[in-house]
Amino acid sequence: MKTIQELEEIRKKTLDTINIRKDRSGTRIVVGMATCGIAAGARPVLLTIMDEVQKHGLSDVAVAQTGCIGMCRLEPIVEVYKPGEEKVTYVLVNPSKAIRIVNEHIMKGKVVEGYTIGAESK
Amino acid sequence: MKDLSLHILDLSQNSITAGADLVEISIKEDTVADRLTISIIDNGKGMDKDFLERVMDPFVTTRTSRKVGLGIPLMMAACKRCEGDLVIESEKNVGTRLKAEFKHSHIDRAPIGNTAETMLSLIMAGSDADKVVDFVYRHIIDEREFCMDTREIRVVLGDDVSLGEPEVLMWIKDYICEGLKNIRGGV
Repeated sequence: MKTIQELEEIRKKTLDTINIRKDRSGTRIVVGMATCGIAAGARPVLLTIMDEVQKHGLSDVAVAQTGCIGMCRLEPIVEVYKPGEEKVTYVLVNPSKAIRIVNEHIMKGKVVEGYTIGAESK
Repeated sequence: MKDLSLHILDLSQNSITAGADLVEISIKEDTVADRLTISIIDNGKGMDKDFLERVMDPFVTTRTSRKVGLGIPLMMAACKRCEGDLVIESEKNVGTRLKAEFKHSHIDRAPIGNTAETMLSLIMAGSDADKVVDFVYRHIIDEREFCMDTREIRVVLGDDVSLGEPEVLMWIKDYICEGLKNIRGGV
């Protein structure tokens, strides 16, 4: 059973990492979550990304949601904002692609070119 | 939309956009009367009468990026094909109440889907901005009931720890899954 005590432990444990996440200098991963994104499968993508961020303890990474980006046929769309770098837009993302994006781009700094909007429009 | 939990996610985003700080979602499964009722009640800015009359129209939306909004029409179509209906009541500066009804056993009725993932996505969206949105999720199956209220969770977490923290979200997810399992009779 999930108990309130567990929640209290989580509270104590997370207090240390929170200050890092609060200053928005870190990486931001943004998932499009409008009607088009949701219908195309954005929810499992969002949750996979959050799962990976937690699993790898990426405390300076913020996961956020946005509305329709305007390219509904390319949903689910994930945008990655790294400080000092140009925004990278990934299209037609699914959970397994999302894992690769976190592992390679977010953690190792290597853009997964094949999944970007640039590769799609070629 | 593949299942009803995705419709709930989509339409609850409207509540967040409307500036609500409390969104109450309830799913009621009455297997005796063979009805499934989903309601989403918010305290957002509401709609005036004129907009409310047009809101079922796919060519009506508040967004400026495009002229179509499919969230409500899609849910409406899902209800209508299952001997149900979608009703929206709203009052300016008070809030909006949406009620979607289905025949529970209808062959075309989509599965409820993963409501835990829907709640998680909503809580993430609601704790992303500077303003926190609270959610109540109530799921009733005949006589059994499960309820999750983020206001209660926030009391334990205090002001420093956000609902959007990954570890907190994971706890909430498990909490919902367990709760639903209990009211479904452990299946």
